[in-house]
Amino acid sequence: MLPALLKRLLTFAATLAVASALVFAVLELLPGNAAQVILGDSATPESLAALEARLGLDQPPLARYVDWVGGLLQGRTANSLSYDTPTAELIAERLQVTLPLAGLAMVLTAAVALALGVYAASQHNRLGDVGVMAASQIGIAIPNFWFAILLILLFAVQLQWVGAGGFPGWTDNEGGGAWAGLQALLLPALSLAVVQAAILTRVTRSAVLEVMREDFVRTARAKGLTRAQTLRRHVLRNAMIPILTVAGLQFGNLITGTIVVENVFVLPGIGRLVFQAIANRDLVVVRDVVMVLVAVVVLVNLVVDLLYLLIDPRLRRADT
Amino acid sequence: MSTLGLLEREGRGGGAGFWTLALRHKSFFLGGLLTLSLVAMALGSLVWSPYPPGDIDIRHRLAPPSAAHWLGTDSLGRDIASQIWVGSQNSIVVGLVAVGIGMGLGTLLGCVASARRGWLEELLMRAADFTFAFPALLSAIMLTAIYGPGLLMSIVAIGIFNIPVFARLTRGAANVVWAREYVLAARAAGKGATRITLDHVLPNIANVLIVQATISFATAILAEAALSYLGLGTQPPQPSWGRMLNEAQTQMFQAPLLAIYPGVAIMLSVLGLNLLGDGLRDLLDPRLSRGR
Repeated sequence: MLPALLKRLLTFAATLAVASALVFAVLELLPGNAAQVILGDSATPESLAALEARLGLDQPPLARYVDWVGGLLQGRTANSLSYDTPTAELIAERLQVTLPLAGLAMVLTAAVALALGVYAASQHNRLGDVGVMAASQIGIAIPNFWFAILLILLFAVQLQWVGAGGFPGWTDNEGGGAWAGLQALLLPALSLAVVQAAILTRVTRSAVLEVMREDFVRTARAKGLTRAQTLRRHVLRNAMIPILTVAGLQFGNLITGTIVVENVFVLPGIGRLVFQAIANRDLVVVRDVVMVLVAVVVLVNLVVDLLYLLIDPRLRRADT
Repeated sequence: MSTLGLLEREGRGGGAGFWTLALRHKSFFLGGLLTLSLVAMALGSLVWSPYPPGDIDIRHRLAPPSAAHWLGTDSLGRDIASQIWVGSQNSIVVGLVAVGIGMGLGTLLGCVASARRGWLEELLMRAADFTFAFPALLSAIMLTAIYGPGLLMSIVAIGIFNIPVFARLTRGAANVVWAREYVLAARAAGKGATRITLDHVLPNIANVLIVQATISFATAILAEAALSYLGLGTQPPQPSWGRMLNEAQTQMFQAPLLAIYPGVAIMLSVLGLNLLGDGLRDLLDPRLSRGR
């Protein structure tokens, strides 16, 4: 168990190291002079020189990279060019919206996909199965931001049950609260979840069908377990590996999907932050936000890898 | 994806049998019809559209659907049907170029990895594994932050994202072909790795690549629509379905229908390509076709 764990932790660290080098290369080295990109062609030599000094562009690239990564690891980051606040503060504040949003979307995705996928598998080739598969095919084709707009059209414009967007905050002082905050995230989470649930439903269905054909399932039924008991104790546990794999990859899509959906619902999350940073040419914020998003995606995949070890004892050997 | 199944088809003739089965296959038929409609729309719009899509007519702004304007007009009086009609070009171009980049470079890398094996294969595949951390949208954000928004940047970002997808698929499928006896015979006859790849590997993995291409095409359309919605993709005056949705959102209370049409166009295009991919996968896989 321990060597397998260590191997995964090392892969995690190596992936993050390579990812940070890539982000640094693309955003700091590729443009040539980052100060010129930020200020545009009309910048005066004086303002250019001032910004170059502020960004530390007079330092060699390796020193800048080490300084950046070292700072990130200690929670010390450069100031945003447009907000003049450390990016760590901005990101921490915005993650309070983005992470609950992605988490809620993942919970909705898993709940819908497991229920529909298992139902479709149990109805294999019957009307229920065909219906779920047809619905999932359509779900996969719907752009999440369009579904978000449709939800606004229905619930905010037609029925007028909710506002068309915005976020009241998590605390009463801000005029919101836990319940009000959760309500504001419900429609965005739903629009993120639809596509992912459609994909995961198909994966769940085929994984469950595959396991139901195994001999041990027949044995379980023969020894007198009911269909529901067999499903719970034997089928679902064995079908979990492919479902978890896809769910882990989906979390990456959910995190980047928030960039679009937060803009539809005008939510003050990390997606809106990076979007505004692009508009303001605030490369410092873009660099740090992209790195944080990549880190979250890689971390979730590490968690999925560790869950494999819990679910499937065969994977605990070091050579797997 | 049943790679092995698709590969097992090698040696069997396609011919007339394929089309007889294909026309009876519901997914393939419906998907093909929708995809053909998209292509026909894009080609047709090159020579004709009801109105020039960028023509502003403020007097008839936000007009409801009528005989003159089938789907009505937007806040600047532009004809919605014409914008959707011409916007299809965008989807086709993005799909073709992005999948072209991904398939061209990805297949090349996958073939090299499979032919050379050893550390090169290991390196290429680890690099492909690693790119899961950079979804297309993130790559596009980094590129537009430097080079500014535009169609080219979004195509490049989506294309780059597709490279590892094709590289991994090609390498897996090519490894199966490399293990076959006829490849051994070809090597014994003195054929080099490049010749074997061109003569034996590529023709035998083409099926797998075609199926993936239709699916990646659909993903590219979705990604471009999202980028254009954010204002990072296609720029005015070129009409784009994603940007139409962005503009429609500001008019949602006055003209809710404007937010429906472009979304339906995107959904039907993606649905068509996905169904086509599913159909092709079934039709090219002999193990599945037996059960049909």
